[in-house]
Amino acid sequence: MKTESRLEKMLNAGHFAVTAECGPSKGSDVDALREKGSYLLDRVDAVNVTDNQTAIVRMSSVAASAILKTMGHEPILQMVTRDRNRIALQSDLFGAYALGLRNVLCLTGDHQCFGNQKEAVGVFDLDSMQLIRTVRDMRDESKIIGGEDIQVAPKMFIGAAANPFADPVGWRVVRLAKKIDAGADFIQTQCIFNIDRFRTYMRQADDMGLTDKVYILAGITPIKSAGMARYMATKVAGMDVPKELIDRVAGVPSDKQAAEGIKIAVETIQQVREIKGVAGIHLMAIEWEHKVPEILEAAGLGTRPRV
Amino acid sequence: MIVAELKEIPEIRKMIDRYQSVLVVGCDSCVAECAVGGRRETALLAAAIRLSYAKENKSRIITEACLDRQCVDDFIEGVASQVPEHDAILSLGCGAGVQALARVYTDKPIIPALDTLFIGETEMRGVWQENCLGCGQCKLGYFGAVCPVTRCSKKLMNGPCGGSKDGRCEVHPDIPCGWDMILKRLEALGEIDRLREYVPPVDWSTSHSGGPRRVVREDQKP
Ligand code: SF4
Ligand code: SF4
Repeated sequence: MKTESRLEKMLNAGHFAVTAECGPSKGSDVDALREKGSYLLDRVDAVNVTDNQTAIVRMSSVAASAILKTMGHEPILQMVTRDRNRIALQSDLFGAYALGLRNVLCLTGDHQCFGNQKEAVGVFDLDSMQLIRTVRDMRDESKIIGGEDIQVAPKMFIGAAANPFADPVGWRVVRLAKKIDAGADFIQTQCIFNIDRFRTYMRQADDMGLTDKVYILAGITPIKSAGMARYMATKVAGMDVPKELIDRVAGVPSDKQAAEGIKIAVETIQQVREIKGVAGIHLMAIEWEHKVPEILEAAGLGTRPRV
Repeated sequence: MIVAELKEIPEIRKMIDRYQSVLVVGCDSCVAECAVGGRRETALLAAAIRLSYAKENKSRIITEACLDRQCVDDFIEGVASQVPEHDAILSLGCGAGVQALARVYTDKPIIPALDTLFIGETEMRGVWQENCLGCGQCKLGYFGAVCPVTRCSKKLMNGPCGGSKDGRCEVHPDIPCGWDMILKRLEALGEIDRLREYVPPVDWSTSHSGGPRRVVREDQKP
């Protein structure tokens, strides 16, 4: 074990892990955050706390993670390099660890043009790969960027994102290998709708021996409506939503589409569980956190093992 | 070269309305190549400004002139005799040209007529592309001569982000993904192995982050 992370313990013990996303409030509403968190408590092994996702200003992920931790959650602190330079990122890592956080997901982040502060400067001092290496060097070498020693280094379980569906296709597994080399301990993938393409990706990863080096959690997003499916297919960066899937949701009456979406999510969970190298799932039920228990029950993941 | 665009006349008017006489000074270098600030465009802009005042029955003296290069002292002297007769100079140089005029003609207000955009190339007639941010440590040799600092919207150094789709950048479908270009070019050159290696954080201290830069070369001084 490299860290005191409960998620690491869980994965290390060979349990199929369940993580879910919990987006902080737009504002300082602690009650709203706690309410979202309450749907997920004891239902998932760790919660991802997003960092100004899609460049929309929200409560800081460090603060929201600390609040969720007081509820008994195991937070995965998401950190993007879009908004903060290496001074701020490293400082936040120190602070996050001091507050008891033990997992971090290193991301570059969506471009600021997608959010509600389109005129902001994009920092991008580091990229996600460099952030992964930075967190690893802190943990394993007790050093910050530039090589200076630190006292009481943050020891984080390090996560990274992977998008099996982005282009150029041939590059995706190479990039995964690069992230593992940089120090990623676990991977959370982009939402999987195209299961065949995901299978191919996992086979490539497995052939390269990558599935032995990293825990891969498959990204699952329940579709709420045909409109949402179409929106994700066309408007959201890096998504692959096959036409058959959109047609399947559109094919049922609109008051039944949400139920159909949940059914698809459950089927997808069952399919990814069969794929070699998949160590767990990561549920991104955006503004639908209260549906997570129902989805997990239906997928046979209703009770979480204690570690 | 430096690529720029012409400001709208109302914005220019807002800045020059307070002067009775304005010397409009073009620059026949970069901004002539991108067809906004050369001899021809200077004449056109001066005419448009004259017309806009005439329409409002306002009398103004608008004189036009053009320098071969607005960012080099020796050339700037070229308008020295006309400057004292005017209240202000409207420059069609890039930001560097405007500031060079201000350094030489210390007692004259210098007003920019252009929005300076970037260092780039003329890809074809009518199309200019940004491709260098002047980071101070050129890395093109490792990236197949496609600049990751400039051509990737997130300045990524270790490969494309998850938003790269069909060779296009997530920021806008009109923007080619810089990383897609890097990969294709290195693949074609048989040098894709260059990308497997981890690229450490960039040293931005040689870029503008280190403050305004200056090159001094003793061997070139008079
Ligand atoms: S690496 Fe630096 S100097 Fe070279 S083209 Fe890119 S920005 Fe310009
Ligand atoms: S899509 Fe390509 S150019 Fe745009 S930010 Fe991502 S890697 Fe960079």
